[in-house]
Amino acid sequence: MDLPHTAPLLEVKDLVVEFPSRRGVLRALDGVSFSVAAGEVLGVVGESGAGKSLTGASIIGLLEPPGRIASGGIWFDGQRIDNLDPEGLRRLRGRHIGAIFQDPLTSLNPLYSVGQQLVETIQAHLPVSAHEARERAVALLQETGIAAARERLDHYPHQFSGGMRQRVVIALALAAEPRLIVADEPTTALDVSVQAQIIGLLKRLCRERGAAVVLITHDMGVIAETCDRVAVMYAGRVAEIGPVDAIIHRSAHPYSAGLMASIPDIDGDDERLHQIDGSMPRLNAIPSGCAYHPRCAHALPRCTQQRPELQSVGQGLAACWLIDAAAPAHALVGAVQTRSERVAPLARAMAGVPAARSLVQANTAAAHSGPIAAPNTPISDTAGDVGQPDTSASAAGLQPTTPLVQVRDLARHFDVSAPWLNRVLERQPRQWLHAVDGVDFAIPRGQTMALVGESGCGKSTVARLLVGLYQPSRGQVQFDGQDAHAAFAGRDALALRRRIQMIFQDPYASLNPRWTVGDVVAEPLLEHGLAPSRAAAQDAVVGLLQSVGLGSADLGKYPHQFSGGQRQRISIARALATAPEFLVCDEPTSALDVSVQAQVLNLMGDLQRARGLTYLFISHNLAVVRHVSDQVGVMYLGRLVEVAPTRRLFAQPRHPYTRMLIDAIPRMRDHGRERTPVQGEVPNPLQPPTGCSFHPRCPWADARCRSERPVLQTIDGVQVACHAVQEGRPL
Amino acid sequence: MSQASPSAWARWWDSDLVHSFRHSPTAVVAALLALACVLAAVLAPWIAPHNPFDLATLELADSRLPPAWSAEGNPKYWLGTDDQGRDILSALMFGARISLLVGLSSVALSVLLGVSLGLWAGFWGGKWDALIMRTCDVMLSFPAILVALLIAGVGRALFPQAHEALAFGVLIASITLTGWVQYARTVRGSTLVERHKEYVQAARVTGVSPARIMRRHVLPNVMGPVLVLATIQVATAIITEATLSFLGVGAPPTSPSLGTLIRVGNDYLFSGEWWITIFPGLMLVLISLSVNLLGDWLRDALNPRLQ
Repeated sequence: MDLPHTAPLLEVKDLVVEFPSRRGVLRALDGVSFSVAAGEVLGVVGESGAGKSLTGASIIGLLEPPGRIASGGIWFDGQRIDNLDPEGLRRLRGRHIGAIFQDPLTSLNPLYSVGQQLVETIQAHLPVSAHEARERAVALLQETGIAAARERLDHYPHQFSGGMRQRVVIALALAAEPRLIVADEPTTALDVSVQAQIIGLLKRLCRERGAAVVLITHDMGVIAETCDRVAVMYAGRVAEIGPVDAIIHRSAHPYSAGLMASIPDIDGDDERLHQIDGSMPRLNAIPSGCAYHPRCAHALPRCTQQRPELQSVGQGLAACWLIDAAAPAHALVGAVQTRSERVAPLARAMAGVPAARSLVQANTAAAHSGPIAAPNTPISDTAGDVGQPDTSASAAGLQPTTPLVQVRDLARHFDVSAPWLNRVLERQPRQWLHAVDGVDFAIPRGQTMALVGESGCGKSTVARLLVGLYQPSRGQVQFDGQDAHAAFAGRDALALRRRIQMIFQDPYASLNPRWTVGDVVAEPLLEHGLAPSRAAAQDAVVGLLQSVGLGSADLGKYPHQFSGGQRQRISIARALATAPEFLVCDEPTSALDVSVQAQVLNLMGDLQRARGLTYLFISHNLAVVRHVSDQVGVMYLGRLVEVAPTRRLFAQPRHPYTRMLIDAIPRMRDHGRERTPVQGEVPNPLQPPTGCSFHPRCPWADARCRSERPVLQTIDGVQVACHAVQEGRPL
Repeated sequence: MSQASPSAWARWWDSDLVHSFRHSPTAVVAALLALACVLAAVLAPWIAPHNPFDLATLELADSRLPPAWSAEGNPKYWLGTDDQGRDILSALMFGARISLLVGLSSVALSVLLGVSLGLWAGFWGGKWDALIMRTCDVMLSFPAILVALLIAGVGRALFPQAHEALAFGVLIASITLTGWVQYARTVRGSTLVERHKEYVQAARVTGVSPARIMRRHVLPNVMGPVLVLATIQVATAIITEATLSFLGVGAPPTSPSLGTLIRVGNDYLFSGEWWITIFPGLMLVLISLSVNLLGDWLRDALNPRLQ
């Protein structure tokens, strides 16, 4: 190991955590070992079900019963901590080990002010007076970057925004000056720009105090920016552990290599993401030998029988038999500079595995020949012409056909006023939330348009406006030349609904838990009269399920028997049942793991090419958007600030907000790079700033920006709504 | 799938709910007791030793006999007889029949009414929600027995020569109209949550009509708490009916329910003939207790947070 001679601060040896259940004992963690030196930042990365949160919970002693530590041990500073009595644990937590959890809203007690909670923590562990504890609390809040700390000490958690709450949680964790911090997904619930600020804060504070950090997350970009070493977990075991640079660029375990390759990279430009077929095994079905061997393209016979132990390779450790065997694990995952170079050796080696793509195309062809053919859309010549940049509707002369979807001055506001009596008695004005405030764009047939923005920017509202779930307050949506909302309200609503469908974000809530999968997919067929009865629809349903990579065996199962990625496939099958032309996808992969995300995105891409679909893709993840879309619209507080073809947007972002968004994304390549994250947070949508809504956070704002609202103008083939850009000021 | 999947019966037997039932002694005992009472009531015409309503079989000489195990008891009448010579055991079984009939049908009607109104209020919101919920609030501010008495009294006043069926109708109506409120509120709350879930929105995008969404999508997902409430309310309905009968406005005297029997026996309590009122009382307690315990188990078993 490459540790200095001093003993590690935290040492975990062969930790085994079990959950007794009525169907037997489930091993959630199976022999996890790692160590953390004082002052170092260790990242623990893995997909859902890998056991990383459980590892963090075991370290702090917050394992929920019936889970228990069955064997192995945890040592902190030389002392064993996993078998402490409650009093010992109490003295350990907070003082020596601090914790930061994912959701800042539930991490703070809503009934007590922030100051009370800070003082309580400080006084519980340090022998100071109440007054001094309060002074320390103020100092802590100032350090974490909360303005007017002394006044805000008496505010309640709900009076802080999400990012500020997480700063308070960090302050709480650091209050008693612990030497180790366990951070479980500290930035997952936050916006991208806030995420960058919080990561920077955590890094700085821990470095200043010399505190070690165990950072648990599924986001490799965050790991690349903050951590010194990283442990990759799979199915309750450590697959690989080593310096961050080595794991990202020269991983020795096929799973780590596949994971790094399937992460959409903001700088890469492959159309198709590298995907690992299959999914992480469930706790009650872990394969014998190496848990990864069913998904591994290079599995040796030994891998199915004997479980590999962590062995030294390069600067770290990996649990893989390929290292032992003279089989060229290093040649497969050799040092590479670009992601495509990284993917190529793997792709060559995997040539024997039938590509999922051809399977999908074969099944799609089979589905097309079924009784429910898709005659609506001929495969137009724009389908597959992904590189065509010009999409601005205003350049009418260049556009040979009318766009499939045309949105003009679309707006939607919600009345969020207090009830009438309160308004009368307290003399409050009516309050309107302008969720969408004048949006224009056009989507040509067969292409994908992405709408990106942070939470509260209105992109989900736009999605719902386009499918008819909301009525617009102003403006028009034209679908294939006709007014969509007039059609939705008219007698032919059903015909229009057949052509427009939607895929939702949450795979767990988008399927009725009491319906079987077969019923779920058959419902649109029955509703639109495409099949006379449930029995007659069976063939079509099976065809649809096969086109998304599932099978006839899944017809009678319930949604809870499937994983998140599979549920999303079922949603896609349901959306495709009526052979629509236009699909609105509202963050379809945000709730999925990285490797599953790659599978679903590739599937959607294949279906688009095969059926000539048009997508509107809503996302907050710019890297994903880079891979799937032809043009991108950036939204901020209900308005479009920039619309451009994808490549041009990422190569040359114009609007200051776009530039900051792109800059805020943690990059895998930028290990240890210091960035200046964007200042401030998204303002309250109920009180948007006057003029350009971005001006409080924009370093180039001037008087005109504060008073006059900019309009989208086409400059050099892209549309930008920014006075500075339009005036040609140097940025 | 290489292996034959287990049959529907086997899957149900292995499901979490049935497993929890099998491993809960309280639930099993309560279920057996309730089953015994129900069977006794249902099969009363065939298995009761005597027919207490056939006046020809009554012998006045046998009246007010204590239970069979005491000194002056007669083995022909296991639990003794009342003032008219009716066998208490048989009267119990027929009485339970009436009580269960009234209890189950009033709960069924309450569920129908309450769930429909709750779904409507939760799904449409706005004025409908306000109207239905305010009605619930008003109904809840009256004691249930009072309302039932009122309705029963009005019914009797309207139909003075009410024959049996109508009297039962009024009785069931009065219990129904006081019981539907809690279902409406529970279902309305659950509907408000489910309405915003994405599978409902997906159904809207597909073009499914609101009525079908309510019936086929939302209803199966909100029925869980209703089941628990209904089970416990059967016991309450039976007791309410017994109270009304005790007060004289319930079941007609020609087909006495358990409440009527208790009332009749009450007069003889202080002359030492305790068996005429105690045994019907015990039967009532047995039914209510077993049903309540079953309802408790069901509520815990269906609560995902207690797993």
